[in-house]
Order: sequence, then C-alpha cells, then structure tokens
Amino acid sequence: MSYILDPTDERVPIRRSLSRRPAAITGTVALLDINKARGDVMIDQLKRRLNERLPGVEVKSYRKPTPAKPAPDDVRRRIMEESDFVIEALAD
Amino acid sequence: MVDSAANLPAFLLNDTHGNPLAFPNGRPALLCFVKEDCPTCDLSMPLIEQAYQAFGGAVDVWIIGQERAGNEILVKRHQLSAPMLDDSALRVSFNYGIEIVPTVILADGNGIEQRRFIGFGRQDWQELYATLARIAGVSAPTTDWSAYSESRPGCGSKSVEPGIAERLIAEAEGSPLRARRIEIADQDDVFEFMFDQGLTDGLPVIPPTPERVIRMLRGTRRDAQEMVGTCAPNYAPVTIEKIAINAVMAGCKPEYFPVVIAAAEVICTPEFNIHGVTATTYGATPIIVVNGPIRQRIGMNMGINVFGQGNRPNATIGRAVKLLVRNVGGGRPGEIERAAFGSTSKYTCCFAEFEEKSPWEPLHVERGFAPGDSVVTCFGLEGGPCQIADQTSRTARAVVGSIGLGVESSWHPKTHNFGDILLVISPEHVDTIWHDRWTKEDIRRRIQEVTARPLRELLPTEDYGGAGALPDQANQRQRTEEELNRKIPKFQSTKNIHIVVAGGPAGKWSAMFGGWASGIYGSVPTSRKIEEVP
Repeated sequence: MSYILDPTDERVPIRRSLSRRPAAITGTVALLDINKARGDVMIDQLKRRLNERLPGVEVKSYRKPTPAKPAPDDVRRRIMEESDFVIEALAD
Repeated sequence: MVDSAANLPAFLLNDTHGNPLAFPNGRPALLCFVKEDCPTCDLSMPLIEQAYQAFGGAVDVWIIGQERAGNEILVKRHQLSAPMLDDSALRVSFNYGIEIVPTVILADGNGIEQRRFIGFGRQDWQELYATLARIAGVSAPTTDWSAYSESRPGCGSKSVEPGIAERLIAEAEGSPLRARRIEIADQDDVFEFMFDQGLTDGLPVIPPTPERVIRMLRGTRRDAQEMVGTCAPNYAPVTIEKIAINAVMAGCKPEYFPVVIAAAEVICTPEFNIHGVTATTYGATPIIVVNGPIRQRIGMNMGINVFGQGNRPNATIGRAVKLLVRNVGGGRPGEIERAAFGSTSKYTCCFAEFEEKSPWEPLHVERGFAPGDSVVTCFGLEGGPCQIADQTSRTARAVVGSIGLGVESSWHPKTHNFGDILLVISPEHVDTIWHDRWTKEDIRRRIQEVTARPLRELLPTEDYGGAGALPDQANQRQRTEEELNRKIPKFQSTKNIHIVVAGGPAGKWSAMFGGWASGIYGSVPTSRKIEEVP
C-alpha cells in the first residue's frame, strides 16, 4: 500500500440544473456580445429576427469589454436586473 | 554528556514477545536507542545488558531497536534478557530527535530526562552506572573498564536516513501536509493510476508521495498552507503545498521550487489572466523567462537548444506551472482549454536569459528589479517560437530590419497596432547589432519603422482577407484618403516589444514568441521576484 497526495483543488463540483423553461417568452431578452470580431453581425441579425417574431418583447444588447476574460460583475449584474432571458454568443 | 530536564514524549512499544510496554510508567527508565548494523551499538550492548541485570529491579532498562529483523539478531548475538522494544516504524526515534545511535537516555518515573549521551563514552557509562546504583540502592557491577576504549562515535539513526526522515515528518503530528491522501493499492501501478485519474499532461509524472512533497517544501521558507492566490478557470486556492505537489509531479528538484512559486504567483494575478490564456482557441500558454543569479545556481539552460529538450530546470519548472493550471485551476484540454492547435509549449515553456552574453540591461532590470534579484516573468503568448533567419546582414540596421519583417507575421502580417511580442535575439545577431552599438530602444524603433504600413494595405481584401489594424476590427466603414494613407506600425508601442538574449553561440537566427490578446484585453506580461533560499 502506498500513498500519493492529491494534486487537485479537492473540490467537489457543484451540480447545477437547468432553469425551468417558461411556456412563453415575455419581458426582456438580453443579447450578450462577447466582443469577438464580427460577433456583432450575428447579434444584430438575431436582434432583428427577435423584434420581428416577438414584437412585444424588449431586446437589449450588452457587450463584454474583451472576449479574453469572463464578463465583468457589472455586466452580469445589469443583465440579471434588467432581463428575463439571455442569449450569449460564445467564441468562434 | 548532556544533562537536561525536558519532558520526554510518551510512547507504547511492543517487546519481541509482543508485550506492550508504556513510558513513562512511574519507574525510572534507561532508554537505549540502537540498530543492528552499528558497531558502537554492539560495543555498548554488554553494558546495557549488565545494567539490566544489576539495576533492573528498580529501573526499566529498555533497548529500543530500529529494525525488526535486526532487533532479533541483536538479541541472539548478545544473549539479551533486557527487553528489546520494536521501533521499526521509527516514530519514537523521530519524536525523540534521535540522530545518532546509540543514544542513551535516563529518565525519572515521570518521564523527565535526567541525562543523555550519544555514541560510546567510557566515562559516560561509568557515571551512568554510579547514578543507577544510587537510584537502585545497590552496588554497581564489577566491570573491566580497561577493555573499553575511551570513546567511539556512533552511527546515523535510521530515522534520519534520506527518504525515511521525510516520511516521518509527513506522518508526524504537526506535519505541514494537509492535502488529501490517495491510497494506491499494491496491485495498482501508480503511474497508470495517475493517467487514469486525469492528473497528467500525457507524459508520466513522478508520484507525489508525502516524502517527496516534504523534500520539495524544503526548497522554500514559506508556510505550506500559505495561499499565493486563486487559479482560473476554477478560481481554486493555490497553496504552497499544492504547488509543491505539482512540482514533484513535474520532476522539479527542491532548489527549483522558489522559481515555480514565483511563476505560480504570476499566473494567479488578474493581470496575467490565466483564464484567457488557457481558454483561448488561439493556443496561448505561459512563456516563462528567468533572470538573475538563480539561473546559474540551479543550472538553467540559456544557450544551445535553449527552447529544446535536455535541461531539467527548464523542462520541469514550466511543466510544474502547467500541471498546476490543469490540476488546481481545472484548465484541461477539451474542457476550458479550447486551443484549436495548441503547441508543444503547452507541456512546458521556460528558459533563462543569457545575461552574460547581452550588452544590454536584462529583462528584469528593464522591468524595475535590481541586477542581483532573481526574477520570473511570464508572458501569455503563442508557443513556438517562430525563428527568423538572417545570415547575410552585416549591420544592425539590416539585421533588425530583417527581424522586423519576421515579427510582422505575428498573429497575421496585416494585423497592426498589435500587442505584445517576446523577441529572443541570438548571440550572433547580438554581435552584429552591438557592433554598431545599437540599444534595445534602437531595435524597437527600427522594428516599428520597417513594419509601418498604410492602413489601406492592412484592410481585408478579397485576395488576402486579414484582421486589419486593431482594435478597429470590422474595418468596414468608409475612410478618408488621409486615414487610408496613415502608416500604422506593427505594435501599439515600442513597450510591447520585449527583448531578451538567449541561444547557442553559433546561428544567425533570432526567434519570436508571437502575440495573443494583450493589455487589459488579454494578458499583461507580469514579473515576480524569486525568494532567495540560501
């Protein structure tokens, strides 16, 4: 019998479950542009389509300062406070 | 002879018949630590046995043997009737701080040390016999003291042998280790086990046994539980102990450990942004440059094959940092680490600047440290490096012009107003450049000069695409003629061109580690002073 020491952070991953899906889209949808080149092209197109299909829903745009770092706390807080849904365009 | 009045640690050991004997137990005790292959222990053994015969009625005369098989040999060899206690686990020897055998300790009934001596001393034994006779109220046995030499040194205790001492420290109360112990069954191959658990970078690692981690921790004076920061992407706490475990796995020696700690401190800073460096699809990785006296002291390579294989500190320091990001930070390929290609530099990338070959201030002095400081600087750049050949230039202007054309390809030749680059100039190119007495600032200015292009040449076209001039990424709006004719150099500033000297004495090539996102948008080159451990 021998022993080694655990090289990891020894933390048990937190299990998360998806939020319950609402029956309808109402209120405000946030679009988060992570600031990759031409990401705004896709986000803008998405915004137009949402406005066409869901005229009663407000669509608000947000942008990360850089794709190379997680969204700052301020951006995340504003999205949580101001929106009911969020769509994030991930990298590449 | 050492006289003292210290409380001795209590213990419970079995004799050779399996009977447990406890100390202290109200009776005075003579504790004799021995091992079988020690000639001085053999010399002392008849006197110990004689003490047992003469004083055993009033004093516990116990022999504490350090090897189970050796204990039995000693009992037979000397026809011992005195109890032989089994300390083959060496915990009592360790707790008593035994460094030499024989060590003979006289204690009173409460476990208070009365006297102690090590090795063999005729006078020590004579005085001890007189003391024991007084305690027991009997006469000392007749002994032919002329048969004994005046003194003889003892042997090293098994409890301080390499490997054993570290195990005992790891197992002792007050051990600096807190990491979870993972049990490896006898039928398991520890190397395969570590692969199966996802703890390696694809190459075998050294199993981080408690003994090895204790040895690694001797490379620093910092507390094992000190936290140096948190490591993304999991933002997990990074302690000195966790760094030591990963440094063992990487193959580091304890004298490299302060360099690994300093590099770990850097990658835990928000400025270095290991999250982005790890997660980018571009394939950036920590490029680690070491400056100062520690380079020579630990034998780092700064010359021939400087970025290649074959040098232990270069190879293992960089690997330790990457293993730390993987195991503590949780940055694993296919999970948060998303590089499309990656590079072999993601296994390890660490080298030293060849300061002795450089006519300029070394990197760490340029960055505000003293020449005598040892410093680690990490760059979040593309691995590689990419080499730039120029075997024909005979002037500084020409060779730096060549280098400028070479570095323009970083990221994409048409991407200008770019961030950081690490330029490594070879000794032969240094000779050419310094022949004209060019400074590092001259080099930087020349690179900006030869790479400056009108914006119109940088814009994407149907033939060439290209990223254009950052940070104006889309480049789609209409521009004036003046804007289109404005020349834009490769780098935002000469400060983004980081220069070090390294490489073998022959070879008219220099090298560059290309850029990734820099500044507040990406990774900021960051330095930390390395702890001096004499």
